[in-house]
Amino acid sequence: MKTCSKPLALVLPTVMAALVFFTGSASAETVTVYSARNEQLIKPLFDAYTKETGTKIQVLTDKEGPLLERLKAEGAKSPADVLITVDAGNLWHASRMGLLQPIKSGVLNTNVPANLRDPKNEWYALSIRARTIIYNKKFVNPSQLSTYEALAEPEWKGKLCLRTSKKVYNQSLVATMIATLGEKRTEEVVRGWVANLATEVFADDNAVIKAVGAGQCEVGIVNTYYLARALDKDPNMPVGLFWANQKERGVHVNISGAGVTRAAPNAAGGQRLIEWLSSETAQGIYTNDDFEYPVNSKVKPDSIIRHWGPYKMDLINVSKAGELQGNATRLMDRAGYR
Amino acid sequence: MDALILDSVVLGYGGKSVVSELSFSLAPGEIGCLLGGSGCGKTTVLRAIAGFEPLQAGRIALNGHWVADASWQLAPERRQIGMVFQDYALFPHMTVADNVGFGLREWTGVDKSRRIEEMLSLVGLDDAGKRYPHQLSGGQQQRVALARALAPGPTVLLMDEPFSNLDVELRERLSIDVHHILKKTGTTGLLVTHNQQEAFAMADRVGVMVDGQLQQWSSPYALYHEPATRQIATFVGDGVFLPAQVSGQNCVSFELGELCRIQPLDVPDNTAVDVLIRPDDIQHDDSSPIKAKVLERVFRGAAFLYTLELPSGDRVLSLVPSHHNHAVGEMIGIQLEIDHLVAFPKL
Amino acid sequence: MHTRGSIWNWRGWGPLRALAIAALTLIPLIVVLASFFDPQLEAWEHLATYVLPGVLWNTFVLVVGVGLGVLFLGVSLAWLTAVCDFPGRKFFSWSLMLPLAMPAYVLAFVQVGLLDFTGPVQSFLRAWLGSSSWFPPIRSTGGVVLVLTLAFYPYVYLLARNAFITQGLRAVEAAQMLGYTRFQAFWKVALPMARPWIAGGVTLALMETLADFGSVSIFSFDTFTTAIYKAWFSLFNLSAASQLASLLVMVVLVLAVIDQRLRHNRRYAVKSFTPVRISLQRGAKWSATIFCALILAIAFAVPMIQLLVWVVDVWREDFDARYPVFLLHSIWLAGMAAVVVTVLGLLLSAIRQHHKDATTQLIVRLATLGYAIPGTVLAVGVFIPVAWLDNQLITLAGWLHWDVQQILKGSLFVMLAALSARFLAVAFQPIDAAMQRITRNQGNAARSLGLSPKKVLMHLQLPMVRGGLLTAALIVFVDVMKEMPITLMTRPFGWDTLAVRVFEMTSEGMWDRAALPSLAIVLAGLLPVILLIKKSESGFH
Repeated sequence: MKTCSKPLALVLPTVMAALVFFTGSASAETVTVYSARNEQLIKPLFDAYTKETGTKIQVLTDKEGPLLERLKAEGAKSPADVLITVDAGNLWHASRMGLLQPIKSGVLNTNVPANLRDPKNEWYALSIRARTIIYNKKFVNPSQLSTYEALAEPEWKGKLCLRTSKKVYNQSLVATMIATLGEKRTEEVVRGWVANLATEVFADDNAVIKAVGAGQCEVGIVNTYYLARALDKDPNMPVGLFWANQKERGVHVNISGAGVTRAAPNAAGGQRLIEWLSSETAQGIYTNDDFEYPVNSKVKPDSIIRHWGPYKMDLINVSKAGELQGNATRLMDRAGYR
Repeated sequence: MDALILDSVVLGYGGKSVVSELSFSLAPGEIGCLLGGSGCGKTTVLRAIAGFEPLQAGRIALNGHWVADASWQLAPERRQIGMVFQDYALFPHMTVADNVGFGLREWTGVDKSRRIEEMLSLVGLDDAGKRYPHQLSGGQQQRVALARALAPGPTVLLMDEPFSNLDVELRERLSIDVHHILKKTGTTGLLVTHNQQEAFAMADRVGVMVDGQLQQWSSPYALYHEPATRQIATFVGDGVFLPAQVSGQNCVSFELGELCRIQPLDVPDNTAVDVLIRPDDIQHDDSSPIKAKVLERVFRGAAFLYTLELPSGDRVLSLVPSHHNHAVGEMIGIQLEIDHLVAFPKL
Repeated sequence: MHTRGSIWNWRGWGPLRALAIAALTLIPLIVVLASFFDPQLEAWEHLATYVLPGVLWNTFVLVVGVGLGVLFLGVSLAWLTAVCDFPGRKFFSWSLMLPLAMPAYVLAFVQVGLLDFTGPVQSFLRAWLGSSSWFPPIRSTGGVVLVLTLAFYPYVYLLARNAFITQGLRAVEAAQMLGYTRFQAFWKVALPMARPWIAGGVTLALMETLADFGSVSIFSFDTFTTAIYKAWFSLFNLSAASQLASLLVMVVLVLAVIDQRLRHNRRYAVKSFTPVRISLQRGAKWSATIFCALILAIAFAVPMIQLLVWVVDVWREDFDARYPVFLLHSIWLAGMAAVVVTVLGLLLSAIRQHHKDATTQLIVRLATLGYAIPGTVLAVGVFIPVAWLDNQLITLAGWLHWDVQQILKGSLFVMLAALSARFLAVAFQPIDAAMQRITRNQGNAARSLGLSPKKVLMHLQLPMVRGGLLTAALIVFVDVMKEMPITLMTRPFGWDTLAVRVFEMTSEGMWDRAALPSLAIVLAGLLPVILLIKKSESGFH
């Protein structure tokens, strides 16, 4: 096949050069992070960490699914030290796939509450993402609201907006419902929600907030930081936040979190990074940039979300969400929740 | 009633006219030909008759109906014209039979397939129906194009350089075949070509186009022997001009003697003119007192075309039966044998 | 000479040569297919009962809808700009390609944002008329079909235009001489003669539709690809996901083979030249202008304006010194990929022309299937063998006391190989359509003049398919600029492109902040579009 000799003659040297150029060089202390949390949210932190400690951080962002498959394929030779995801399900799953290793850390055990870390200490939450009920202030009096389950009642027919069931946030909400209410009751609730939908499910939480704000529907379920972002932009939006299930198990929370990978070439460095991320200094940046709630109780949340007040969170271990995520998905499929 | 009339037709793009004041007509069943070099506007005329070019002035009639003038033109598909394109324009995604049957829109079933067979057999391609155009030779594709154009029974068939992609031998044979086919089907034809052999073989009437103007519209015989202009005389057929002087109303005299014709020359006595001498005007005659030197000879099978030098140094061509075999440099006797005196004022 | 000739003509060469290129696609495909060794009965039972019936119907409707949509838009716009004359034709002939540079998910997000209940259009209607309930819902089957049609019609437009320009009006004139109106002649002759091009364009549009996840999820419209991602991300079952993806590939393969059979033995457009365009008359002329303007507005101008509005909003917050680097990375990657993939596509097409045996033809078909697999699934299929090979190399390097983290991974070589696996179809379609115009006689003539097949490629086929090559390189360039999953999976650490930037922002729903990289992608994509148009126009006097 000499046919390709000319173009190849052009391409090959470039490829060779690139090959040499890109091959990782590991001289100064480096921690390699695989992150599903997006770059602009973690980069300021990593920059601060490098400034403080001199440790360089290499980041590779992608979706959770591909990141886990990547770790799996790389196996013992993986360059990654730390895995960061934005939900408990994927951390739980990474742990089950044997991609993480347990950490013994007094710092993390102090900074991160027990329900927000892996029972086997393979991963720790770094921020809390509460998922609760929002309502249109023009149509709804907060006294009408109580629980997620109550939104399945017929009085909300044609008034509910939901995000698609394909988003992990809804899957973990339903998973924790399965854990506390059982499959049967949960399925009834989900069917009730579907029957009450005002319109097709939305692709993201922002759209749900907008729809509630515009009066397309009266109530919805979203993560609080989306609402905080929306109100930050448009404070006059008539959307209020209601802490769900306060008289019982508390509001559903998911997390973003991190763990040290099983094959980590620099496990100690990875652990130090995660410990630092749970510290007071880091928690402020970590959560306030995105209006999330800190895991470290010594850190105050951002002013925009502070006026929503303290809330009671569901203390069920977030790893349950991972464990039951598949069941939750199947249940929602059965109930016709797209 | 004429099958085709062009009346003072002007064609062009934008402000520029490509064809000016063109007029001619064809009687039903007659075959016409526009002869000319490339860029003379002959193809534009054909496209205007077909309906693809708007007229700037003048008008065109088909079978007694006006089909186009400066302000209006009948859609091409409603003119009932057949056209054979220079590149044949066969539809590559259809079989030969489908190509031929393409224009038989009103025909159905057996009638249609019979007609297709009939057309294919007319052009001598009885067995080619199921094949695709790319599987045929150039000459066969040309025949398919002809069959396709003739199938719907057009009253006028337009042919744009139909044989230009073929070799000489095939060209000659096909042009005779097409002539017969058109005569057999009684189709009026208009051919556009730069090849005079083709024009002579096919056409009843030939017009020479030079720079967008029709210079003469007459029979091939007249065109050859009685060219109306010096340009036609040079363009059509071989020949040379010899200097001569008008002697009397009907005659000229020159190196090879005096020539006369019936019509007056309309030129004063003693005017210097050029006389057209065709190769067949010069006959070989050993006994003739006029001798000329053989400069060149071209063997054409049945005849030799000799280039001869006259005593004055002027040259003439002579077509001589091939048994008269003379070598270059030999002196041979020649004799003038002219039926048609053609003379033009000196340039 | 004789013995060498006979080895050279050995029938096994065709499949082997094709295989050399097809391996790029086949290896990831095999990785995906290998999932069948890991049966997932439980997952299948659930999917078959609750998920597949709905998504199969949705996918069917989507494919038929988008297929007809791109066919209509692509062919009609190509015909108008290629052979007709109307006010603005020159402008539209290039600008109608611009939507190609607009990522489908951006178009989807912008149109949903504008036309949904909460968007400005319906808000305006409510403010003035009190109600907008009569307004057709954008998040509906019709909406998805409309948006994907607008996003993908340029594939058909590009290829069909190429066909119409080169085939000219001669065939239409021939049909008119046989009593057909121009309209009828278009249907009977011009359209069928452009079929390989149009089919190629529709194939690309439909493969992209099938593999699309970003746009349909903005509509919450569940397709077969949604089911694949559901199996993977929600049920944590990559095997079941891969099995679903394999089925998708099979269907595409079967369709490709059927099309191949139907075309058997026929030849298409021959190059001919007619000096005229159809001058549209008063009414038709302005209708054509309005039609083109409307499509351009919805598919390009409106989303472009929205992007600009957002950019003005977030400019100060988002723009930093890294943007020129992102842009450079994007252009460099897309440029390299365009060259490599186009060369591979040309070789593949040349092999297919040279070796007519069924095995070669099948392998060539297989090589172009990467485009139909959802990108993320293909990315994993690429990554698994690369990681395996890398681990072996790292071990080897360890013996040589060379301490490295990765050798192949994160190298441009792997990125280009992975992108080739995905976009080979994109390069192959336009090149192969152009290649079909070269008649067997032209090839034979060249061979009889003593040219080797390689020389035939260089001196005959290459110059004759130049238009196809340019089209191929353009589409690959623009597609790579927009591509996310493979770039994400195979890029080196910290080596981010504009598309990676878009991913970062949109993954958290910050669409307005994705505007800056999206806009940069569109602008960078304009360069080759304009270049291509200049080239294709020069064929016309």
